[in-house]
Amino acid sequence: MSTNNSTSWEEKVGFAKMHCGGVIMDVTTADEAKIAQDAGATAVMALERVPSDIRKEGGVARMSPVKVIREIVESVTIPVMAKVRIGHFMEARILEELGVDFIDESEVLTPADEAHHIDKLAFKIPFVCGARNLGEALRRIGEGAAMIRTKGEAGTGNVVEAVRHMRQIQREMKELTTLHADELMTQARDHGAPFNLIVDVAKSGKLPVPNFAAGGVATPADAALMMALGAEAVFVGSGIFKSGDPERMAQGIVRAVTYWEDAAELAKITEEYASPTMPGIDINEIDPSQRLQDRGW
Amino acid sequence: MVRKPSKSEVECPPIKVGILALQGSFALHKKSLAKLGISTLFIRRPEELDQVAGLIIPGGESTVMSDLAREYDLDQKIVQKAKAGMPIFGTCAGAILLGKGEEAPPRLELSSLTVQRNAYGRQRESFDAPVQLTFSPEPFHGIFIRAPRIVPNEQSKSAIEGWYQEDLVLTQQDKILLSTFHPELTEDLRVHEHFIEMVRASLAQEKDPSMQNSNSRIKQSSKKLTL
Repeated sequence: MSTNNSTSWEEKVGFAKMHCGGVIMDVTTADEAKIAQDAGATAVMALERVPSDIRKEGGVARMSPVKVIREIVESVTIPVMAKVRIGHFMEARILEELGVDFIDESEVLTPADEAHHIDKLAFKIPFVCGARNLGEALRRIGEGAAMIRTKGEAGTGNVVEAVRHMRQIQREMKELTTLHADELMTQARDHGAPFNLIVDVAKSGKLPVPNFAAGGVATPADAALMMALGAEAVFVGSGIFKSGDPERMAQGIVRAVTYWEDAAELAKITEEYASPTMPGIDINEIDPSQRLQDRGW
Repeated sequence: MVRKPSKSEVECPPIKVGILALQGSFALHKKSLAKLGISTLFIRRPEELDQVAGLIIPGGESTVMSDLAREYDLDQKIVQKAKAGMPIFGTCAGAILLGKGEEAPPRLELSSLTVQRNAYGRQRESFDAPVQLTFSPEPFHGIFIRAPRIVPNEQSKSAIEGWYQEDLVLTQQDKILLSTFHPELTEDLRVHEHFIEMVRASLAQEKDPSMQNSNSRIKQSSKKLTL
């Protein structure tokens, strides 16, 4: 049994599980964090710029300024998550020092390392990472991620990539459950994933950590769709603060994630919390070099 | 021929327990109760509370659950059910909602104990520790996540069911059970079992009001505690 000050795997995954059925919202300032908390976010995600602005403005996207992180931590009582660049373990060390509760090693920011992700087991606080398929999810869990989210295609307001990634992960997990033990090493090779985690998934049919949706969720209906596809909670990035009425949009998405199984209630929520959605981008209009989901491996 | 119910069936009729499913660890509580053979109902509407004999308010984010409970009129219905004698078990965020407290979110105040939010600090201060139970000799593996703290007072002394060092981490006052740790994150079912006993005792009491609360015997072992 660990001592009082060490945060073990159990506490990391347990904390991740407490966000189930909830919505985690991207924020860039303390004021936005307060709006998110009041609208019913289970946590806020601090980052320098929301994905749609990063897409528009270009340049290197980094973790939020320390001053902003401090202001956000002080302004809300719900957990604060924050994004770091892929492989940038020093940004992560700084965030841990600031009392951030969860770190997102995120493809939305400009990668700091094109070959290596952070050794997440070396930290006391938990990490969430994006994935497009089962192999990628299990590689991140192998490195110590306590929560997985689909990558989707952030900043597009288009849910199609999140759907693609969620369906793929679910399908690949289901396939594993149908195989014999002697077929699993080949699967580990083909998925490029740790063998023990492949065996885990083959037994349980699910990831050993919570599996959330992210990347392109822009309406309450999008959020409900991701829940129906097997997401346990939803991240919303540009979809809230780039919408016409962030507060209402946030409230609508929160309610849709709780009542996703009840179509009548969803219809009511969608009407009651109607807000102009962020302008969307068709995936085929994005130059492949601008696709955020291809960052990381 | 009609089969006569066996003695154990008479003593333990099937019960259904509700789990508030607005946000949080409701699916984990369902798993724990399923292992005890207890059927459950996820509660998202006030009228669903009429179908259950007890209620669990899970871990999660107390502000989110509080907002949604208010909006969907679940808060008043929960208070009404509790006043009519329904046993309620709150874990972590659930304990915050059931207790008292000045800070947000607004509380249901079904327990007279003050429950302080995020009392140990942030996630980096989360910890696990052995919890001593009054009703079972083996320690319970307590997982404390951004955990609240039950503030000790005169009433809390008689409410202790579990403690860790100086802290009360599991309390029972009449039919309200609070835990600041997460039994739903472990395979150990003893705390859930304790709650199911409370639900059964409450049902028996309803049928025969002269019956003493069967949980009163549990209380005696906690007297030796000096907190």
